[in-house]
Amino acid sequence: MEVNPLIIFIAAIFTSNILLTNFLGMCSFLSVSREVESSIGLGLAVFFVLTFTTAINYVIYHFILVPLQLVYLQYIIFIIIIAAFVQLIEMIIERFSPVLYYTLGIFLPLITVNCAILGVSLFMVIREYTFIQSVLFGAGSGLGWLLAILALAGIRQKIKYKFVPAGLQGAGLSLIITGIMALGFIGFSGIVIIQ
Amino acid sequence: MIILIVNTVLIVSGITGFLALLLVIADLLFANYGECTISINGKKELKVKGGSSLLSLLNENKIFLASACGGRGTCGFCKCEVISGAGPLLPTEKPFLNAADIAAGIRLSCQIKVKEDIAIKIPESIFNIRKFTAEVTDIVDLTYDIKEFTLKIIKPEVINFKAGQYVQLQTPPYEKSRQSVNRAYSISSSSSREDQIQLIIRYVPDGVCTTYLFQYLKQGAQINFTGPFGDFYIRDTDNDMLFVAGGSGKAPIKSMLEYLSENNSTRRMVYMFGARSRKDLYYTELFEKLEKELPDFTYVPVLSQPTEECEWQGKCGYVPPFFPEYIRDPQKTEAYLCGSPGMIAAVIKGLKELGVPEDKIYYDSFA
Repeated sequence: MEVNPLIIFIAAIFTSNILLTNFLGMCSFLSVSREVESSIGLGLAVFFVLTFTTAINYVIYHFILVPLQLVYLQYIIFIIIIAAFVQLIEMIIERFSPVLYYTLGIFLPLITVNCAILGVSLFMVIREYTFIQSVLFGAGSGLGWLLAILALAGIRQKIKYKFVPAGLQGAGLSLIITGIMALGFIGFSGIVIIQ
Repeated sequence: MIILIVNTVLIVSGITGFLALLLVIADLLFANYGECTISINGKKELKVKGGSSLLSLLNENKIFLASACGGRGTCGFCKCEVISGAGPLLPTEKPFLNAADIAAGIRLSCQIKVKEDIAIKIPESIFNIRKFTAEVTDIVDLTYDIKEFTLKIIKPEVINFKAGQYVQLQTPPYEKSRQSVNRAYSISSSSSREDQIQLIIRYVPDGVCTTYLFQYLKQGAQINFTGPFGDFYIRDTDNDMLFVAGGSGKAPIKSMLEYLSENNSTRRMVYMFGARSRKDLYYTELFEKLEKELPDFTYVPVLSQPTEECEWQGKCGYVPPFFPEYIRDPQKTEAYLCGSPGMIAAVIKGLKELGVPEDKIYYDSFA
């Protein structure tokens, strides 16, 4: 696919935001967006894991699975790689950066089951990205996810002190806010087309 | 086709095997904290293998901090003062610590992991805390919902405690609960008996521990407990003493009064016991006997809802309005309270209004 990798990066953050256009990673998006502080922690962890797992999965896919005609194994292999990578990162961070560990620590295990991570690896295959494109797509998607959860957390923190009708409290209002945010982001999707 | 299957098996097992190996190596390299030292009160030093929680490492070394939830960070009992080496405060600890605790370096020992040498400060009395195995030698009905359990200590042979302290009974997993649970109960027997303890326990409908104790535990069975815990014990002064209890809260007060009687205390004592009706009263004869033995002791039961069949001649209503009648000099009165959190809050309010200093009010509050 002949698109400048930087365009993919920018598009992945804004116009084709993995969360707001593809609705991937909703579960932790809704549950950890109560406070700005923790949402930044989770967002950073997602960004970090996304960037690296996309790169590793690219190498595994193109240099092992394709030559051996085992492409159908991609789902299971990608998930295993993501899970192992998260475990490894958790151990390394716990050892070398206690401060970062305590910011990200409790969120890291949540990421293993964040479908945005698997989604990005699968899009990378479907859209036939090159290595550079894939890595920037992963990093951009991670930043986009961080941006989206940060925006929702900011709004929810404000709403906490406002009157909300009983029927809309909790997930109801969060989903409506997400929908309106998605409209805002998708509004510009015609500018660049990466999917 | 066969090649495809072989390839699949090889690749999947190869990749997972490689990742597993990587994780094992990482575990050895990164998660190995080597030997760490826990320094306690600057006197005692423990050599431990790093990586586990402070609470579990102390338990392994037979130092038992109070813990009712088994280290899951939900009860907040296992607080201890950490001087150095615990790392930054964790989000899981914050709900249990107030600003003063944080400033004093108080941490939840079940949440912090020992990764380097650590220095902590715990009360000396904690060294006295052990795990005991006991035999249930007697179960007596005191009222319709309160029983007294007598536990004879089997291992280690004796228990040293201060009258007023409590132990944590450990119920094994049984039909109603798959997990072993710990619940705190005050010792009701005098601290001069070192070979046995008695507990006064009120039945809590559907309570995991009391259901076990009331319906499953039989005479002759064995049960484990840890203890003694708590700083609810008699302060050695000449002040007047006011005891206030409700429900099964008689236990620690009975222990204290028996201890005072055995040691021929001459202090002025008043014991006010709040109950609903006559059928909630128990041990009345014992306290009347103590009134004769102790030179200056008055037992005042107060009923809040006496029925006609009670034929009650004594005091009615709640306890606090009767305080002025029995408190001689509020400044020189020590108050010992035991009962539900609601009752304790009401009693503290009443005492403070009369001028009893807050630092002379001692209590155990079991929710």
